Amino acid sequence: MTEFIIRRLLAAIPTLLILIIFSFLLMHSAPGGPFSSDRPLPPEVLANIEAKYHLDDPLPLQIWNYVVGVVTQFDFGPSFQYKDRTVNEIIAQGFPVTLTYGTIAFVVAVVCGCALGITAALNQNSWLDYFAVGISIGAQVLPNFVMAPILVLIFTLWLGWLPGGGWNGGQWQYMVMPVIALSTSFMASIARIMRSSLLEVMHSNFIRTARAKGLSARAILFQHALKPAMLPVISYLGPTFVIMITGSVVIDLYFTTGGIGQAFVNSALNRDYSVMMGITILIGCLTILFNLIVDILYAWIDPKIKL
Amino acid sequence: MSLLEVKNLSVEFDTPDGPVRAVQDVSFSLGEQKTLAIVGESGSGKSQTAFSIMGLLASNGRVTGSVKFDGTEILNASEKVMNTYRAAQIAMIFQDPMTSLNPFVRVSKQMAEVLMLHKGLSKTDAIKDSIRMLDAVKIPDPARRVHMYPHEFSGGMRQRVMIAMSLLCHPRLVIADEPTTALDVTVQAQIMDLLSDLQNDFGMSIVLITHDLGVVKGSCENTLVLYGGRVMETGPTSELFAEPTHPYTRGLLHAVPRLESNEAKLATIPGNPPNMQHPPKGCAFSPRCGSANDRCVATKPELDWFSADRSRACHLSQEELV
Repeated sequence: MTEFIIRRLLAAIPTLLILIIFSFLLMHSAPGGPFSSDRPLPPEVLANIEAKYHLDDPLPLQIWNYVVGVVTQFDFGPSFQYKDRTVNEIIAQGFPVTLTYGTIAFVVAVVCGCALGITAALNQNSWLDYFAVGISIGAQVLPNFVMAPILVLIFTLWLGWLPGGGWNGGQWQYMVMPVIALSTSFMASIARIMRSSLLEVMHSNFIRTARAKGLSARAILFQHALKPAMLPVISYLGPTFVIMITGSVVIDLYFTTGGIGQAFVNSALNRDYSVMMGITILIGCLTILFNLIVDILYAWIDPKIKL
Repeated sequence: MSLLEVKNLSVEFDTPDGPVRAVQDVSFSLGEQKTLAIVGESGSGKSQTAFSIMGLLASNGRVTGSVKFDGTEILNASEKVMNTYRAAQIAMIFQDPMTSLNPFVRVSKQMAEVLMLHKGLSKTDAIKDSIRMLDAVKIPDPARRVHMYPHEFSGGMRQRVMIAMSLLCHPRLVIADEPTTALDVTVQAQIMDLLSDLQNDFGMSIVLITHDLGVVKGSCENTLVLYGGRVMETGPTSELFAEPTHPYTRGLLHAVPRLESNEAKLATIPGNPPNMQHPPKGCAFSPRCGSANDRCVATKPELDWFSADRSRACHLSQEELV
C-alpha cells in the first residue's frame, strides 16, 4: 500500500514534466504574446521588455529556467499582466474561494445525487423513479450559464433574499447561488450513474442470495448492494472533484466571486504565460492526487484489487 | 402430514411481448427428511418453481395456486412473513457459487448475518457457529478460511460455503437449484455425497432441481419430470427409472450417455423446448414426440394417477409408444 503510493507519486514527476513542456509549447505556438496590443510598441521597447521577462531566450532554456525556479524555490514567476503580483499571490487569492464553494457544491452534489439515484433504483418504474429521473434530466440539460442568471433573477431581483454577487469573505449568503449553480449538473450525473449501477447490482445473483437469507430490504441495500454499486460513482467523483474545486468561469463571472476559474480564462485571453502555467500545474497536481485517492478507495472497497 | 404441499402452482411473467407461462398446474408434496428430484431441460420451469416457493420471483412474475409449508399457506405471503421462513425454515442453494456469494463481503460476515438475524446470536457466537458449519461441510482450516473473501475459494469450496450457509439455522427444507451444474464432474460427486451425508446428520428434506439424471438415481426417493412448465410424470425414482411411462422421460433416460455403449453419436431428443410465449395447444411435448397423434396436438393430457404413487400426463397407452 505505502509502496504503491510512493510509486504513484514518483510516476507523477514525469507526468507533470510532460504536462509543463506541452503546455509551454502550445502556449508559445499561439500567435501574439503578453505584450502585443492594438497599438504596437516600438521594436526597441518590446525587445527590452521581452529581455526583462527572458522571452527572448530559446524555448528549451525558458522551460529549463521555469522548471528550476518551480522546483528549487517554488517560484512560479511574476504575472505578465499585473506587474506587481506574482503567480503565487494570484493563486493564493483565488484558489481558497473556488476550493470553498467547490467543496460545498461537491458535497451537495454527492449527497443529493446518491439519494436521488438510490431512490430511483429501489423504486424502479414507479412514479418515484420517473420523478427522480425527471429531476436529473432537467438538472442536466440546464447549463449553468442559464441557471446562474435565473437564480439571480429569482433570489435577488424578485425575492431579494440573497446578494446578487460578490464573495465578502465567504459569508453563506454569498455562497448559496454559486453552490446551487455549480452542483446541479454534477448532481444529475451522479444520480444517473448511481441509479444504473445500483439497478445492475440489485439484479445480481448475490443479492438474490441475500434475499433468500431473509434479510430486510434495508439490510440488503446497506450490507450487500451499496458497496459494489458505489464503484462507478467513485471513479466519476475523482476527476469531478478537481473540476469543481478549480472553479468555473461561469460561476466566477456571474457571481463575481473572484475565484481561480476566472483568473485562468483571463490569463489565456491576455497571454499571461506564467499565470496560465501556474494554474495548469495546480490542476495537473490535483488530478494526479485525486486519481490516486480513487485508486486507493477502489482497493479498499473491492477485495479483489491488491495495491 | 407432509412438510411441503404444492398445489396447482402456476407462474406467469409479464414481458413486453406478452405474458409468458413458465409453470402451469404443478402439484407435488414432500415428507419430512425426504428428497424429491425435479428434472427437466433448461426452460422447463424447474427454477421458477423453486423461486416461487421461496417468494423470490422476479418483479414481473405472478404466481397462483397454493404452497403449504408445514400446513401454513406461504404463497404470496408478505415479504415480512417470508423473511421469517427464508433461511430459518426453508433455505436455498443456488446454481452458480461463483456469483451467488457476495464478492465484496467476507464469508464470516455473509454467514454470521444469517445467525444474528434468525437466532439473535452475538457476532462472536455467530462466527463460532459458522466455523463449526464450515467444518461440517469439510472445508479445511475453517477458523482461518471463514475470514476470507469468496474469490479466495475454488468453485467446489464456494459451493460448500453456500451449503454451509444454507444449513446454519438447521432449516427443515433445503431447495438445491442445480447445485452441481457449474462444477467439475469430480467435484459434482463430492458435493452430492456431502448433501446426502448432511441430510442424514441434520434430517432436512431436500428438493433437488437438476437436469442430471445420474445424480437423481442415487439420492432421491421421488422424481418429478417437468416439461414446458407442466408435470409429465411422477413416481418413486427407482420405478420411474426402471419403467418410464412418458415418452419425454424415456427420451431423457435414453439421452444419458453410457460407457458400455459403442455408438459414436450420443442419443438426443430431436427439436428444442417449446417457446413459452406461444406454447403448443395440446401436449407441450407433442412437437418432439415420436408417437404423437392428432389428439396429442389438439388437447392437453391431464395428469393421470395410474397407481398409488405414480402419475403421467400422456394420451397414449404404453403400447402405443414407439
